Amino acid sequence: MGVFTMPSLGSDMESGRLVEWLVAPGDRVNRGDVIAVVETQKGAIEIESFDAGIVHELTAPMNEDLPVGTPLAVILAEGEEPPAGPTAPTATAEPAPETEPVAEPERPAPVAEPERPAPAVPVAASPPAQPDAIRPASPAARKRAGELGVDLTGVSGTGPGGAIVLADVERAAPTAPRPAPNPVEEMRKAIAAAMTRAKRTIPHYYLSETLDVDPAMRFLEERNADKPPTERVLLGALFVRATVLAAAKVKEMNGHYTEESGFAPSKEVNPGVAIALRGGGLVAPALADAVNMTLEETMSGMRDLVSRARAGRLRASEMTRGTITISSLGETGAEAMTGVIFPPQVALVGLGAPHLRPWIVDGAIVPRHVVTLTLSADHRVSDGRRAARFISEFETALKTPEAL
Amino acid sequence: MTPEDLRRLFLEELSRIAPDIDPATVADDDHIQDDLELDSMDVLNLVSALHEKLGVDIPEADYPQIATPRLAAAYLAARTGEA
Repeated sequence: MGVFTMPSLGSDMESGRLVEWLVAPGDRVNRGDVIAVVETQKGAIEIESFDAGIVHELTAPMNEDLPVGTPLAVILAEGEEPPAGPTAPTATAEPAPETEPVAEPERPAPVAEPERPAPAVPVAASPPAQPDAIRPASPAARKRAGELGVDLTGVSGTGPGGAIVLADVERAAPTAPRPAPNPVEEMRKAIAAAMTRAKRTIPHYYLSETLDVDPAMRFLEERNADKPPTERVLLGALFVRATVLAAAKVKEMNGHYTEESGFAPSKEVNPGVAIALRGGGLVAPALADAVNMTLEETMSGMRDLVSRARAGRLRASEMTRGTITISSLGETGAEAMTGVIFPPQVALVGLGAPHLRPWIVDGAIVPRHVVTLTLSADHRVSDGRRAARFISEFETALKTPEAL
Repeated sequence: MTPEDLRRLFLEELSRIAPDIDPATVADDDHIQDDLELDSMDVLNLVSALHEKLGVDIPEADYPQIATPRLAAAYLAARTGEA
């Protein structure tokens, strides 16, 4: 029987966060197979199994900081009987729901550093015994003690053999423990985890179409001309409306896919609107139940989301209820974008910036503003024909902007 | 209001729309979209705020004239009739 534990991926790593299992109980694994993804301060890292056999039990909660050495799974050798009772201590906390982490809460410090697993192959010689004069302490604890100005001789250790671990140092520190995580870095980590998961688990396929948006732009120009700023509508709101109407008709693009239950189409269309943040990062909060919104309500909802995204005041529900995402490059910039689906969603509409191009209208070449739409869709749920239908519905909706 | 007042007000509203921009770090010729990375929704929110504060309704066609703090101060001075 092998116990798969949170590995140490460097001397400064005290804990990691289990973000994904690539195996389930009953699966056969070979030595070296990637079976889990752990997020560390260095990003998402694939973890290989050291054992071959059958996965018997996954014992650790997802999305929580787990000290190095925490048992994560039990792997039985071929033909081995499962042991009676729980084989590994299950962490007490409830597993967090698997939502997209955008703003991570401050992580709790690990309470103790458990014993590292013995290496599979014994090393040539045992490590030299610690001289009595030097208190045993983990490298991270020493580093932190230096930063906090904590004298290790006065610290009692709770680690193996009384070794001082990071948590002991922080308990002994006179002031606040570890600094608040850098939100930009945390955001980067969250994006990395979500996008890595998307690219690893979603078989993306893409369909593109270039659309003449002159009718829509003319409509907005005329509509906005005599309106005060608060009542003006942007092209982006037309795109969101067109997406919502298309998603309501092509249900394979609107919903959530999970490993456990497959695709669940959503009755509501909750369009997530990708918003780039200065200093890096991206959020995609969603409007709720947008099918019956007017164009004006859609626009005002988007304005509200953008304002609150800038102020850092988005709600958790907005971060998780999206059923399809719209990512638009705005009014200037690149002409096309092939986006990564935001799991557990199954489609993303990528829109390039409008470009003036020669276009054929009624047999004549005329200058037109065109936008390239690229639909990224999940092949577990739909095929190209449905994606083409979605694009066609989007195009139809955009052709009659006054009806949006 | 002097152009200097208008410039300060413009920067104040700018940092209200985009709280992560420190007005002290914005140069007079910084472009609000290219340099300060405002998107079209931010620009609309800025225009709305200026409308509310100054009563100046900036039409879409005039947006290029408020693209930098220097341009905006001159434009707003002209529109508020004190140029």
